[in-house]
Amino acid sequence: MKLSHAVFEKHSLVLLIGILIVVAVGGLVEIAPLFWLSSTVEKVQGMRPYTPLELAGRDIYLREGCYNCHSQMIRALRDEVERYGHYSLAAESMYDHPFQWGSKRTGPDLARVGGKYSDEWHLAHLVDPRSVVPESIMPGYPFLAARKLEAGDIAERLKADRAVGVPYTDEMIAKAKADLEAQAVAESGGAAELAQRYPKAVVRSFDGDPEKLTELDALIAYLQVLGTLVDFTKFDAAGPNLR
Amino acid sequence: MQSTPMRDEFAALSDVLAIAGAVIGLLLGITLAMLAADEVMGFHAVLFAAASAAALVFLVGNAFGTGSLAGPNYQPEVRFYADNVIKAGVVATVFWGIAGFVVGDVIAWQLAFPALNLDLPWTSFGRLRPLHTSAVIFAFGGNALIATSFYVVQRTSRARLAGRWSPWFVFWGYNLFIVIAATGYVLGVTQSKEYAEPEWYADLWLTVVWVVYLLVFLGTLSRRKEPHIYVANWFYLAFIVTVAMLHIVNNLAWPVSFTGSKSVILYAGVQDAMTQWWYGHNAVGFFLTAGFLGMMYYFIPKRADRPVYSYKLSIVHFWSLIFLYIWAGPHHLHYTALPDWAQTLGMTFSIMLWMPSWGGMINGLMTLSGAWDKLRTDPVMRFLVVSVAFYGMSTFEGPLMSIRAVNSLSHYTDWTIGHVHSGALGWVAMISFGAMYCLTPWLWRRPSLYSMRLVEWHFWISTLGILLYITAMWVSGITQGLMWRAYDALGFLQYSFVETVEAMHPYYVIRAIGGLLFVAGSLIMAFNLWMTARRTVAEAGEAELGGAQPMPAE
Repeated sequence: MKLSHAVFEKHSLVLLIGILIVVAVGGLVEIAPLFWLSSTVEKVQGMRPYTPLELAGRDIYLREGCYNCHSQMIRALRDEVERYGHYSLAAESMYDHPFQWGSKRTGPDLARVGGKYSDEWHLAHLVDPRSVVPESIMPGYPFLAARKLEAGDIAERLKADRAVGVPYTDEMIAKAKADLEAQAVAESGGAAELAQRYPKAVVRSFDGDPEKLTELDALIAYLQVLGTLVDFTKFDAAGPNLR
Repeated sequence: MQSTPMRDEFAALSDVLAIAGAVIGLLLGITLAMLAADEVMGFHAVLFAAASAAALVFLVGNAFGTGSLAGPNYQPEVRFYADNVIKAGVVATVFWGIAGFVVGDVIAWQLAFPALNLDLPWTSFGRLRPLHTSAVIFAFGGNALIATSFYVVQRTSRARLAGRWSPWFVFWGYNLFIVIAATGYVLGVTQSKEYAEPEWYADLWLTVVWVVYLLVFLGTLSRRKEPHIYVANWFYLAFIVTVAMLHIVNNLAWPVSFTGSKSVILYAGVQDAMTQWWYGHNAVGFFLTAGFLGMMYYFIPKRADRPVYSYKLSIVHFWSLIFLYIWAGPHHLHYTALPDWAQTLGMTFSIMLWMPSWGGMINGLMTLSGAWDKLRTDPVMRFLVVSVAFYGMSTFEGPLMSIRAVNSLSHYTDWTIGHVHSGALGWVAMISFGAMYCLTPWLWRRPSLYSMRLVEWHFWISTLGILLYITAMWVSGITQGLMWRAYDALGFLQYSFVETVEAMHPYYVIRAIGGLLFVAGSLIMAFNLWMTARRTVAEAGEAELGGAQPMPAE
């Protein structure tokens, strides 16, 4: 049998269909199974959706393009585990729409930065990085401390996340605005409710000024929760961690 | 071409449809501007309305000015080929190229001297870096691809571009997308997916533009007078179709509000990571490779006045390249939470990809057989050929870096940045420069470029810039990778993270100087092309009516 390429060269639609078939294969084989395989869809104890304040902080993290220089993915390599902590699990980014694994470490990995530094350190570092790390090449973000957090649409924001699969309940959405304020203003009284809806949620004035709810409050709340939800003293990679 | 009743009717119908489209765009823009939930959406809606209004004014003026709606008075196009839209594409390519290179060099200096971030939201690295990548890949590269594909598909099909206004819609619509995306980044609107940062509404607009682009391209192929579709067009077609697929799948998102700029991506975590790098690596594979290989398969044989080296090799090159490329994405995710089998597939296919890449390189280089002297005598030829050499180098480096053990060192470091730039500056930009140096005299019907000496200067300055850039990034990337994993005698990590940042400083300065040279070279090119286009002596050259001779279909 003599194979001829002429059919592709003489019919543009045949060429088009040929191309589509050839380029579809790789993606189908590599992507589709990830939506079913247990290792990629498993749930790990401790993981919960972000609180409204953390989510608002995450949106600021995205807006400022932090992902351009900071990864959130600790690879299973000795030096990374020693430098940053337990390697990242797939489940730890299961509520991240989109993922923030990053591709470049101009600055350090942030997958487990939560709890590593004090709020005061983050405040000083974000406003003027070189005041605490003289060799740092990070831009300063003084404007975050001055800007009031605009979160009027936070309930809509949670709803959009729910539409793509994050398990926010009706109650969480109804109380989104209240929860957002409760987390940054310790005396507001909503703290207990917040903790019930979002276990391990930390309630405090992150930017040190309880009067004002700023973008910095939200961003620090987000940074402080990163990598803290799964309890690795109990985690066993081979054991029953599924919820 | 004669004015016939059929052509008049076709022209009138095109005008009516185009005007209707502009009215719809205007109404949509005004509605969105009034309902906008946030300032950026409001700004972009006004921008969209203004662009639609400008199109409307032009279309109506044109219709009544030349009377094309009035049938018999319609003046058919004087020239056989639609070249004005390509001229616009050449101007846009040079403009966006310089803009993208300048922003790139600014952020290179920011990494060396962080005070240059100015501590303002609109000037910080995190917002400018997507501006740089989008400006060079999509604005510079995209305009170069659209312009050259329009040129090549007409010449190799011996047919005029399909559509009366559609090619112009593709050009202006695409550039409007660029402006919406770019202003969005600076104002903090981003999906945060690398090379896919534009938000949902910009993505939808690009989808519309891209579908029209595909239809124009296919329509032109379908009216070809050559029996065979020339190899360059296979690559252009694969680029257009595959980019459409990648763009749509990777950008599926749910808007927080249909009048607001923010959306959330459909996928999360590991699925999103895999989808993103399936997209991301094939932005390289199909936007920055397949499309530019189409350029290579036309401009190198044309400039060398030699047929493509091997017809069989181009068939094998084409199908194996597009089949293998699509698998390579997972090499961006080695040792992560992505399952091992997927990482292994990504690595294996990346290594196999070396072969078709070099097959293509050989096919491009060997086309010069018998005309090697042109490398010495024609600096434009040198741009084209050296770009293919850089292509060969970076497609060897890529498979190397996709090997897990190498990747554990190179990933997250500047080595990746250097690799990307040996491809982007050495291959993509240099072959585009070569194509622009060819196209400008052809399109503006000049016997030659304004100055060959300036092309020489451009060539050497930009080559020097690229070498400074990539060698600095090799050293900084490998240094930092080794420092991160260095242990002292007691078994502790030897360096704190910030010590490894400090060590990068000299390389960042060298890189920024290299970038500055590259910018200088592009300014020389802009001057040279400008002088070529505005020079009034139009002597009868190869570009007489009908343009360059069509290539045989193999």
